[in-house]
Amino acid sequence: MTSYDVIVIGAGVVGSMIARALARYRLRTLLLDKAADVGEGTTKANTAIVHAGYDAKPGTLKARLNLAGNAQYDRVCSELGVEFDRCGTYVVAASAEERISLDELYARGRQNGVPGMTLIDGAEMRRREPSVTPQAVGALYAATGGIVDPFGLCIAAAECAVLNGVELALETEVTGIVREGRRVAGVEIRKQMPGGNLAVQKLASRWVVIAAGLWADDLLHSAGLDGLSITPRKGEYYVLDRVAAGQVHTVLFPCPTAFSKGILVTRTIHGNVMLGPNSVSISDKDDLACTREGLDEVMQGALKLVPGLDRRQIIRTFAGLRATQRPTGRSNTGDFVIEVPREVDGLLLCGAIESPGLAAAPAIAAYVVDLLRGAGLTLVERPDYDPTRPVQPRFSHLSREEQQALIARDPRHGNIVCRCETVTEGEIVAACHAPIPARTYDALKRRTRLGTGRCQGGFDTPLAIEIMARELGVSPLDLTLKGGGSRLVTRQTKAVA
Amino acid sequence: MRNLRCDVLVIGSGPAGLAAAYQARECGARDVLVIERNAELGGILPQCIHNGFGVRVFQSDLTGPEYVARWARMAAEAGVRTLTRTMVLAIESSPDGARRRVIATSGADGMLAIEPTALVLAMGCRERPRGALAIPGLRPAGVYTAGTAQRLVNIEGYMPGERHVILGSGDIGMIMARRLTLEGARVEAMCEILPYVSGLRRNLVQCVMDYDIPLHLSTTVIDVAGRERVESVTIAQVDAAWRPIAGTERVLPCDTLLLSVGLIPENELSRAAGVMIDPVTGGPVVDQAGATSVPGVYAAGNVVHVYDLVDDVTASALRAGRSAAGCACCTLLAESCELPVTAGENVHHVVPQRVRLPLVPEEGATLELRVRQPVEKAVRVRLSADGDVLLNKRLRYVRPSEMIGLALQPEWNERLTSAGGLQVDVEEA
Amino acid sequence: MEEQRHFVCVTCPVGCNIEAKVRGTELLTLVGNRCARGVDFVKEELTAPRRMLTTTVRVRGAALPLVPVRSEAPVPKGRLLEIAAHLRDVVLDAPVAEHQVVCADVLGTGVDIIASRALERVD
Ligand SMILES: Cc1cc2nc3c(=O)[nH]c(=O)nc-3n(C[C@H](O)[C@H](O)[C@H](O)COP(=O)(O)OP(=O)(O)OC[C@H]3O[C@@H](n4cnc5c(N)ncnc54)[C@H](O)[C@@H]3O)c2cc1C
Ligand SMILES: Cc1cc2nc3c(=O)[nH]c(=O)nc-3n(C[C@H](O)[C@H](O)[C@H](O)COP(=O)(O)OP(=O)(O)OC[C@H]3O[C@@H](n4cnc5c(N)ncnc54)[C@H](O)[C@@H]3O)c2cc1C
Ligand code: SF4
Repeated sequence: MTSYDVIVIGAGVVGSMIARALARYRLRTLLLDKAADVGEGTTKANTAIVHAGYDAKPGTLKARLNLAGNAQYDRVCSELGVEFDRCGTYVVAASAEERISLDELYARGRQNGVPGMTLIDGAEMRRREPSVTPQAVGALYAATGGIVDPFGLCIAAAECAVLNGVELALETEVTGIVREGRRVAGVEIRKQMPGGNLAVQKLASRWVVIAAGLWADDLLHSAGLDGLSITPRKGEYYVLDRVAAGQVHTVLFPCPTAFSKGILVTRTIHGNVMLGPNSVSISDKDDLACTREGLDEVMQGALKLVPGLDRRQIIRTFAGLRATQRPTGRSNTGDFVIEVPREVDGLLLCGAIESPGLAAAPAIAAYVVDLLRGAGLTLVERPDYDPTRPVQPRFSHLSREEQQALIARDPRHGNIVCRCETVTEGEIVAACHAPIPARTYDALKRRTRLGTGRCQGGFDTPLAIEIMARELGVSPLDLTLKGGGSRLVTRQTKAVA
Repeated sequence: MRNLRCDVLVIGSGPAGLAAAYQARECGARDVLVIERNAELGGILPQCIHNGFGVRVFQSDLTGPEYVARWARMAAEAGVRTLTRTMVLAIESSPDGARRRVIATSGADGMLAIEPTALVLAMGCRERPRGALAIPGLRPAGVYTAGTAQRLVNIEGYMPGERHVILGSGDIGMIMARRLTLEGARVEAMCEILPYVSGLRRNLVQCVMDYDIPLHLSTTVIDVAGRERVESVTIAQVDAAWRPIAGTERVLPCDTLLLSVGLIPENELSRAAGVMIDPVTGGPVVDQAGATSVPGVYAAGNVVHVYDLVDDVTASALRAGRSAAGCACCTLLAESCELPVTAGENVHHVVPQRVRLPLVPEEGATLELRVRQPVEKAVRVRLSADGDVLLNKRLRYVRPSEMIGLALQPEWNERLTSAGGLQVDVEEA
Repeated sequence: MEEQRHFVCVTCPVGCNIEAKVRGTELLTLVGNRCARGVDFVKEELTAPRRMLTTTVRVRGAALPLVPVRSEAPVPKGRLLEIAAHLRDVVLDAPVAEHQVVCADVLGTGVDIIASRALERVD
């Protein structure tokens, strides 16, 4: 039986960053995910903000790792070629009482060591973001806050890990953690085989890292431990057309409540505007459905901050689930739960990684490595470790001269497949042959932005199906939106081939 | 980057683009170039394999491919040059706004910079996607716009699904209901949020009723279920304000949801070129010859407003082609005045939004309008200039789905010279 | 018994709304048709309705996998599905000429199925 040094369960941004951090060392590491692509969990559906770090309670892991993670973003994103913009964030107070809570946030930020915060008045806020509500009486500006491409970061980190020798297995679900007495011996997996059969297999490993987001508690229980109970809290969003980006240049938060950071209005790294999220406790960890009520709540909340938003510019809705610790949990502190449980050997848990999990991810990875080292894992640096990964050119970001040169090198870059986001056939081909190839339409979308514009794939889908089938060497009938049974087309129109 | 020049550059090779290019050549423009991003000419028509095209223009009932093949031949014979698989990325204006440079890309030619004397916008329209409606529920595979499904079925030869629910009763949706049925799939229902069908009656008869497809008016989709592929949709009746009525919900098992909920003129390029856009139509503000607010830039076809009949598209494009040639040959009269056209009682919009005077017989001029509300009894369509009634046309009924055309008569020139504007009203007779 | 019936003529895209007075399958009077073909349409609707059929047929050796086809005249409405299913098994070899007969006298209806467009051969 193959034996790994470390198996990381879950290829979200946390698991992928951990895998990349482990790739620096002489280890045999396996990164597993049940989905058809990396980053298919909460990592693909969040607000994408690299928080400055004033929210978390001082002294918590959240506060510490947020601050440390934020500080690493410039380096990590430049190494990995991921889009990141330290555009600064604002918490806007729309009344005198709210104005007071700005002072509290500011004080908390100071305690957490957040640099670059200033309190500004309403007039200054409106000067910087003229579309903000006239009710604004003041704002907390955090210069170190930013926006990032969250799935881009996850894909890049996982690709970097793979290029440095980490093995990746997708569509591989961990059904349980296997123990031999006190020791964790590995995991039991279930894999979809061609033809629809399920293969069950055991994989041995000295260490198992749980980075499974919403399912961290289930996996922990499968190892015979308790103490963590995750309950999903849904957040719904609207995405607006790029034309709305003229209205919002940065990130606008309302004043936070006891439960959440509130419904915000933010520019995305790709130049759209995003509204959301609301916050609704639910029971089903797969329930990513948007609801009429939820979306209405989001729109109302967003309009309070930016009254001039135009509903006609909506191009998409989506929902993400926060991995919140159930209040009855034994160790519930509202903090991240990142620890080596004392009851067993060989297990590391990343639990309740809710916001600011994305901002903290680089620091979580470093912390996990420290914990593993502290627990006795021998870490020997590999001399050939490369922290970067090859970045594919993005046609729409190039100058006309660069575009010309790119087409001259590969004429497939002259064929535009997605008109709204100007994605070329060359980019699709590259994504199909990347270190972690795009095998589903959604995977392609996250890598190239194909189909994410105002026509939402109406124009590109038939073309993309054709190109993907050709490049991946599969029938269009086998292509899916996101793996499993999510087939894009059902049969050929004609019985005869 | 290759630099090119031409007299008239046409963006888009649908029926509008081809007719405009053809007419520009016929009217004396020397060098006319059509740019098309698809692999072949014809715009949307190669996938519109049904008949119903060209009854007025060619006095015969053609399929989309036949109609467009005729225009492609006529354009080629007239000496129009075409570049396919070439996408226009941008229209840049010179600092004084007088000249334009069109940036395009293709695999074969790389980046192109084209400086035309006159430019015709004929980019057609795109479909409204699911996100624009914000339909609640999950986001599984199997949600397509009707036009995307049409391309999959008619061009690529793949079925989007086996059991379909169609939201919206636009023409493409109805035509797809028939297509899918003919290809052996099922259409479980067609739902329309309005109390009436939004496409043509003719399509309702021969695409929906002929095949016994259940049609639910004042009904919408309020939920989509299915994690991987669509498993069902929930439909519900709506009240006058389009709010779902509690207790009317029904779950329809299906594997595909097709959307036929409207078309939007494709004007990202036009906007970037500084062309004034009419917020009601979503297309450029034009005069009767298709001239936009930017001198030397013309527009025709679905890029201006969405047409239901190709014959009207062709007519609008012939007018635009003619004036583009005039601009390229410098034969246009500089002296002219313009009258704004107002959409009055029960009129959703009127194109052109302004009429240039004097009206010239050879030029031809038609007001194209749609009503807001259907009226299933006799109505009068009244065209007036500051209260002076120019035309009072009786129609047996009016429907938003059927465009109404009013020809403008050059003999009105005198009556119009002192007028401040034109207005169209539609009232019960 | 005389009755008033409503028809939408589908002969051409004008789609005239026709109000007809009929007795059984006999047409008495009608209003609303903009041309004479509307009369024939209503008469046929009352006796043996016919429709144009448009679909596609598989082609080998062309840049596209399908060629659009149509019936060269309307076919009996009741046989549309049957004819369409029959055409699903037809395969052509490129080149295809516009209006080339794809299937003569389809299923004995007396109507030919013809190609709506040309497709070149590509190797
Ligand atoms: C609405 C919302 C807004 C947010 N906004 C922000 C923000 O602005 N800034 C910020 O910093 N953070 C934000 N967050 C938090 C942030 O998104 C998360 O902390 C982060 O994405 C967590 O990453 P993860 O890798 O832990 O989880 P996930 O991305 O969920 O990854 C877990 C992975 O584990 C896999 N998995 C689970 N079980 C198994 C199994 N048994 N076998 C195999 N694979 C398994 C899943 O498929 C999944 O891919 C937000 C979260 C939400 C929900
Ligand atoms: C499904 C459907 C059914 C119809 N049925 C009928 C019918 O039965 N009878 C009838 O008379 N009419 C019918 N119509 C209406 C009519 O035929 C269409 O409205 C007509 O095709 C519009 O022509 P167009 O040239 O304006 O646009 P299109 O045909 O859409 O052509 C626009 C062209 O511009 C190109 N283009 C766009 N942007 C760029 C760019 N940046 N660079 C290069 N090229 C670009 C596009 O690729 C496209 O080829 C139907 C329309 C549809 C959609
Ligand atoms: S009656 Fe004549 S004009 Fe009217 S729809 Fe029939 S064929 Fe066309």
